[in-house]
Amino acid sequence: MSDTTLNIGSSPHIRSGHSVDLIMRNVVYALLPLCAFAVWLYGLAAVLVLLVAVISCVATEHWLSRSRTAASTIGDWSAVITGLLYGLTLPPSLPLWMVALGGFVGVALGKYLFGGLGYNAFNPALVGRAFLQAAFPASLTTWHPALLDDRFVSVPASLLAFPLARPDYDGISSATPLTLAKFEQELAVTPELLAGLHSGSLGESGAVLILAGGAYLAFRGMLNWRIPAAVLGTVAGASAIASSLSPGDYAGPVFMLFSGGLMLGAVFMATDMVASPLTHRGAIAYGVLIGMLIVVIRYWGGMPEGVMYAILLANAVSPHIDRHFQPGAPAWK
Amino acid sequence: MLPTFEHGIHPPTHKDETCGRAIHQFPFSPLMEIPLAQHTGKPARAIVREGESVIRGQCIAEPDGFMSTAMHAPVTGTVKRIGLMPSIRGEQVEGIYLETLRGSTQEVGESRPCDLTTSTPDEIINAIQAAGIVGLGGAAFPTHVKLRIPEDKDVDTLVINGVECEPYLTTDHRVMLEQPDDIFMGIRYLVKACGASRVIIGIEANKPDAAEALERLIPPDLDVTVQLLAVKYPQGAEKMLLKALLGREVPAGGLPLDVGAVVINVATTAEIGHLLPRGQGIQERVITISGPAIEKKGNYRIPIGTPLRFALEYAGLAEDVSEVFLGGPMMGQSLPSLDVPITKGTSGFVAFTRRETDARPKSFPCIHCGYCVEACPLFLNPCELGRLARKGEYEQMAANQRLFECFECGACSYVCPSHLPLVQSFRGAKSILRKAQT
Repeated sequence: MSDTTLNIGSSPHIRSGHSVDLIMRNVVYALLPLCAFAVWLYGLAAVLVLLVAVISCVATEHWLSRSRTAASTIGDWSAVITGLLYGLTLPPSLPLWMVALGGFVGVALGKYLFGGLGYNAFNPALVGRAFLQAAFPASLTTWHPALLDDRFVSVPASLLAFPLARPDYDGISSATPLTLAKFEQELAVTPELLAGLHSGSLGESGAVLILAGGAYLAFRGMLNWRIPAAVLGTVAGASAIASSLSPGDYAGPVFMLFSGGLMLGAVFMATDMVASPLTHRGAIAYGVLIGMLIVVIRYWGGMPEGVMYAILLANAVSPHIDRHFQPGAPAWK
Repeated sequence: MLPTFEHGIHPPTHKDETCGRAIHQFPFSPLMEIPLAQHTGKPARAIVREGESVIRGQCIAEPDGFMSTAMHAPVTGTVKRIGLMPSIRGEQVEGIYLETLRGSTQEVGESRPCDLTTSTPDEIINAIQAAGIVGLGGAAFPTHVKLRIPEDKDVDTLVINGVECEPYLTTDHRVMLEQPDDIFMGIRYLVKACGASRVIIGIEANKPDAAEALERLIPPDLDVTVQLLAVKYPQGAEKMLLKALLGREVPAGGLPLDVGAVVINVATTAEIGHLLPRGQGIQERVITISGPAIEKKGNYRIPIGTPLRFALEYAGLAEDVSEVFLGGPMMGQSLPSLDVPITKGTSGFVAFTRRETDARPKSFPCIHCGYCVEACPLFLNPCELGRLARKGEYEQMAANQRLFECFECGACSYVCPSHLPLVQSFRGAKSILRKAQT
């Protein structure tokens, strides 16, 4: 004992066992059922899009972090989440080179340029998608039908389009419920809508799986349930009022909740810890803001869907929300 | 629902390892080291000379002013030297070395008792100071200072703190089980000294046996309530305890006095009840020695001034010990060496092996998860404080983020999934700001 060397540490000397990579890994687990659902809906196309999305995000993260420091930061698993989430927001027939390009832009511009994990002001997955939306609007709004018979043996021709070439859509495109609502005034709630068996982005229609994944994370304390609750509550409330005032013009709450990327955005995108507020009251304010923006864009905007822009705008406001909703004292004090 | 405070954390308590072990008298070390500054405030003034013989319990250092307290000889023996000795903080401090007399029966010398019925409140407060009693929960704040109530303050409640929320430590638990009579005697002295009309003993719900032992013996003439509290860290901090028991919030920078309460640790209360009727001074205390690197875990009544090396040799230290800290793992301080003495504020030692310390995971950037915000019992913003600390903006931390309210409970660092040294950086910021002020 006389020659014992003692370590000196600063208190506390014990830790809860929570860690960033553990949280991130669990988010990946929570997304896996949704990925499986996407594969069931779209077959090989979904496999390829998700794979390319994840690989492009992780490779970008690895390459950029290695360019500055010796250690790669892909071990924190955050790039995998970005890749999966990004992939799940894409149309199943999107040319793979666009998928790769968007993944690169999302991580490089949306995350690494700000300083990497913990410093990204915006959800990197949505930055990648927003870039594609701006650069290739036609490809981002061409929807492939779900549950085609040959989905496990062939892929849409557009998927393998040569970079920078105009992709060839084989003429079997389909419309999403939101497009139909926007341009054809079809607001009916059908069983297909609730079950998610309609065309759309890869992962946006599996409402039940999204909610189950979110519930798992919330139960483990890895997701602030107040954010999706506020988003969905606001959208449901606002659309209930609007549709009761003018039923023909505005979609009702059930249609609003189950169409488009609302569920996926509310549960998995808006809850990006880095880009969302710190306190519970701040989280609720942030969620309400997203919900209101979604309703405004969907009802009166030029685009059928507004979840992505609503979340990105709220991401930008998040630091200001933080400043107003400090812990302890209520914001109005 | 048991009363408690908002926020806080639930670390594993590890109390089962020692709470069933009765307090065991510790042997006397051949050499005792008694630092003169074992309490908050001014160090005591030595009143013995080198070579002088002392009797166990004899006063060897007097309080130097009101914010100071006395020291008593932990053994019968001779004063070997008065000079510098290593301390827990690493710096050398003034202290008295005592050589234990071999073959002595180590009877405790007695002086004039402080009689409960005839003494005035002032006489009790003076007796507590003369007995060298300080808060035994770990803060080592002189108890008599807490009891001197300023003219403009009114105290209605005496709170006895039997929460003991630090993991591993079970000294208060054992004292409540084994010395209930001393505790109630101590309460009588304290009530008379501070003028409180009612007494609440707060105990965490993981010690039902202690609560029962005390409840059974409540004297009919005292207004004492035993209140179980939810098990949550840091329930034992004064502010959290008052919030849970009385629903009162101590203002920032304020004292329990500001909300009409005095809070005294239960082991301190027991010492008062034990020492004052006998006219003795405090020269031993109960400590928990526990942790994975300890072979004979348990609770020990140990002479104050026992060198830690002697204590740990007796309790058996594992070969692969890697870290020893004073107090519990949440707020305890790592020791630079084993050659430091046990002082009045030492509530225990916990020793970790390499298994526990090597497992410490690597850190990540802050991901803004908000766990720390939900953990902080003071509703501070550790996330923002940490960000400012990393940028070196210490003034901002104090001006906008209430840095100086933080009492370093460690809850934020405990929950941080990025394993950031939050508390450590707050401590650093405070000390830099304090230095800049002087």
